[in-house]
Amino acid sequence: MHNDEHTWTIEAKASLFDLKLNEIWAYRDLLWLLVRRDFVSFYKQTILGPLWFFIQPLFTTIIFTFIFGNLAGISTDGLPKPLFYMAGITAWNYFADCLTKTSTVFKDNANIFGKVYFPRLIMPLSIVVSNLVRFGVQMILFLLMMAYYHFVVGASFNITWAITLFPVIVVLMALLGLGAGMIISAMTTKYRDLAFLVTFGVQLLMYATTVIYPLSTAIEKYPKYAWIVKYNPMTPIIETFRYGFLGEGSFSWGSLGYATGVTVALLIFGIVIFNKVERNFVDTV
Amino acid sequence: MSKNSAIKVENLSKAYQLGQIGTGTISRDLERWYARMRGKEDPFLRIGETNDRSIKGESDVVWSLKDINFEIEQGDAVGIIGRNGAGKSTLLKILSKVTAPTTGRISGKGRIASLLEVGTGFHPELSGRENIFLNGAILGMRKKEIQRKFDEIVDFAGIDRYIDTPVKRYSSGMYVRLAFAVAAHLESEILIVDEVLAVGDAEFQKKCLGKMGEVSKGEGRTVLFVSHNMDAVATLTSKSIYLKNGKLNLYSNTESVIKEYIEADKNEVGVYSKEPKLNIPSFTRIEVLTSEIDGSHMNGKDLVIDLEINMPEVIEGMSLSLQICNPKEQPIIYTYIFDTDTPLLRKTGINKMRCTLSNCKLYADRYYLIAHLAETKGKSKFEEIHRICEFEVVMPNKIIEWGWQKDVCVYTEDFRWEKK
Repeated sequence: MHNDEHTWTIEAKASLFDLKLNEIWAYRDLLWLLVRRDFVSFYKQTILGPLWFFIQPLFTTIIFTFIFGNLAGISTDGLPKPLFYMAGITAWNYFADCLTKTSTVFKDNANIFGKVYFPRLIMPLSIVVSNLVRFGVQMILFLLMMAYYHFVVGASFNITWAITLFPVIVVLMALLGLGAGMIISAMTTKYRDLAFLVTFGVQLLMYATTVIYPLSTAIEKYPKYAWIVKYNPMTPIIETFRYGFLGEGSFSWGSLGYATGVTVALLIFGIVIFNKVERNFVDTV
Repeated sequence: MSKNSAIKVENLSKAYQLGQIGTGTISRDLERWYARMRGKEDPFLRIGETNDRSIKGESDVVWSLKDINFEIEQGDAVGIIGRNGAGKSTLLKILSKVTAPTTGRISGKGRIASLLEVGTGFHPELSGRENIFLNGAILGMRKKEIQRKFDEIVDFAGIDRYIDTPVKRYSSGMYVRLAFAVAAHLESEILIVDEVLAVGDAEFQKKCLGKMGEVSKGEGRTVLFVSHNMDAVATLTSKSIYLKNGKLNLYSNTESVIKEYIEADKNEVGVYSKEPKLNIPSFTRIEVLTSEIDGSHMNGKDLVIDLEINMPEVIEGMSLSLQICNPKEQPIIYTYIFDTDTPLLRKTGINKMRCTLSNCKLYADRYYLIAHLAETKGKSKFEEIHRICEFEVVMPNKIIEWGWQKDVCVYTEDFRWEKK
C-alpha cells in the first residue's frame, strides 16, 4: 500500500443511517458459521434433537384444538381445527422466536461484544436465519398435516394463488420480529425491566393476533374492539398465510400493504436505534 | 500526517458514567437525549475532571481518557504502559471498535486485528475444528483464509489429535493454545494485543511472545501491546506510550518510558497527603509501601503503611485505625492502635507512625484504605478518610492449572495438603 490515505476512521459521532452494509457483507461467513453453531449446539445438547422442533407446535395444536376449538367453540372458518391452529402457530412461532431472541441479543452476547468488533447487526441477522431453519422444519410438519387432511380425512380446503405470496410473508415476519426485537434490545441495555415484559408481552400479543380465531369472527363479535386485531401488523400476515394455504381468511392488498409499511418503519427505526446503542453499550453492562 | 503513519489518534477522550446508569433517571435520560438531539453537549458531563479514582469526583462522570494525541508509524511495535485505571484498556477498546470514543477521532490504514481476549466466542459443544472457523470468523477472517491457514493453526496449537473433539473436553492449556493459535494467524496490518498472555504455561507464553516478535519485526506489521510485564514490553516493542490518569504522559522509546514509569510510580502509588488542619488533629500523609517496584503488592510479602498525623495540641486517648477494602467496598482487614495500650501521638506537630502487616496475603485485586482518627474517651472522631492509597495486589508468578481466577477469595492462607 503506497497511498497516504487512511483507510478507516473511528469517530465520536456516527451518522444514524450509516448501516455499514458492505461491512456486513464482508462478514457474511460469520453469519453462516453462527447459524451453524446455533443449530449444531442445539442438536448436540438434546436427546431428541430436531424432534423438539415438531413436538412444540404439535402439542400446542392439540391443546388449542381442545380448549379453543372444542371447549370454547370458537369458529375456525369451517376449516379442520388442527389445520387452522397449526397454520397460525407455525407462522406466529417464527415471528415470536425472532422477536424474543433478538430482544436479548445484547445481554446474551455481552461477552463477545465486549471483546471483539464485528458488525453487530450480524447477530440479530443470524438469529433470524437460525429460526428460519426451525420454521422450515415446522412448515414440513404443517404440509404433512395438510396432506393427511386432504388425502386421508378428505377435508375441504383449497390452496389459492395467494400461496405465491409465501416468500413475502416469511420476509415480513422475519423483518417485523427483527425490527421490534432490535428496538427492545436497545432499550433493555438501559432499562432491564423491559426484558421481563417481552415474554409476557409476546404472549398477550398472540391473543391480539388471529392465531386462535379468524378475523371475521372478531369483527362480528366485537365490532368495537376488532380494530386492535385489525391494526396489529401480524394479523394480515397470518390471514394471508391461511388464505394462501387453506383458502380461508381475510386477505386484502390494503392490509398486507399496511403490514409491510409497519414492518419497514419498525425495521428502519430498529436498525437506527440498534446502531446507536451498539457503539457504547459495552460501557453500561 | 507523516507518510507512513498507520494509526493517527486526535483529541481522543472517553467519558464513563459511574454508578447505576439510567435507573430511576428516565427524566434525566430524556433531558440528555433532548440535548444531544439538538446537537448540544451533554448537560451532565463536566469538563476538566481527570480520571483519578483515588479522589472522588464531584460528578459521577469520569474521564477515562482525556485529549489523547499520538501517531504510530507503519511497522512500529508500540507498548502501552500505565497503572491500572490509567486508560490502557479503554484505549484498546476504542481502537478495536468495541466501544466508541466520546470525542475525537482515530484514522488508520490497513486491517486491524485485536486480541483483547483469546478464544472469544468459543463454544464448548463444538469441536476444535468448528471453533477454529467460528473464532476466526469472529476475528474477521474469511472462511477461505481460515481454510488456507488451518493446518498451520492446528500445528501451532499442537492439538491435531483432538481436532474433532468438543473443546469442553480440552484441558485449559489446550484451550488457550488453540485460541491463541487462531489469533496469531490473523492476517492484518495492525495487531492490537491486550495482556492475554498471562494465561497458559510458561513454555507456550514464550512461543507466543516469539510469534508476536516475528509479527512485528519480520512482517512489518504494526503492533500495539499492553502489558504489566515490563520485560515483555522491553523485548517486544521499540516505542512506548505511558498513560497516566487518562492522559498521555510520555511517548518515546521504550527504554526511557519504562524508566520514567518506574520512577514516577515510586512516588505516586498509594500516597495521600494533605495540608494539616489548624484546630483539630488530622492526617497529613498516608502512604502504602508495596512490595514490588511497579507499585503493586505481591501476595504474601510484608505490606507497610506509613502515616503522618498532625497534632495541633496534645490530646490523650487518641486512637488510630485503618481498614483495607476491596473494590466492592467490603472491608477485608482492620488494624488499629489505642493510646490506652501504647501511648501515641503525644507530641505537637507531625507524629510519624508505621503499621506493618507481615506476610499480607490479600488475594489479587485492587484495594484501598479507609483511615480513622479519633479520641476514645470523649468519643470524638476527628477524621475519617475514604478511598485513599489505592494499590494492587498481584499473585506470585506460579503456574497453577487454572491460572489465578478472579474473585475466588479475598485472602489466602498458608495451607498444607496431605494424604491420610
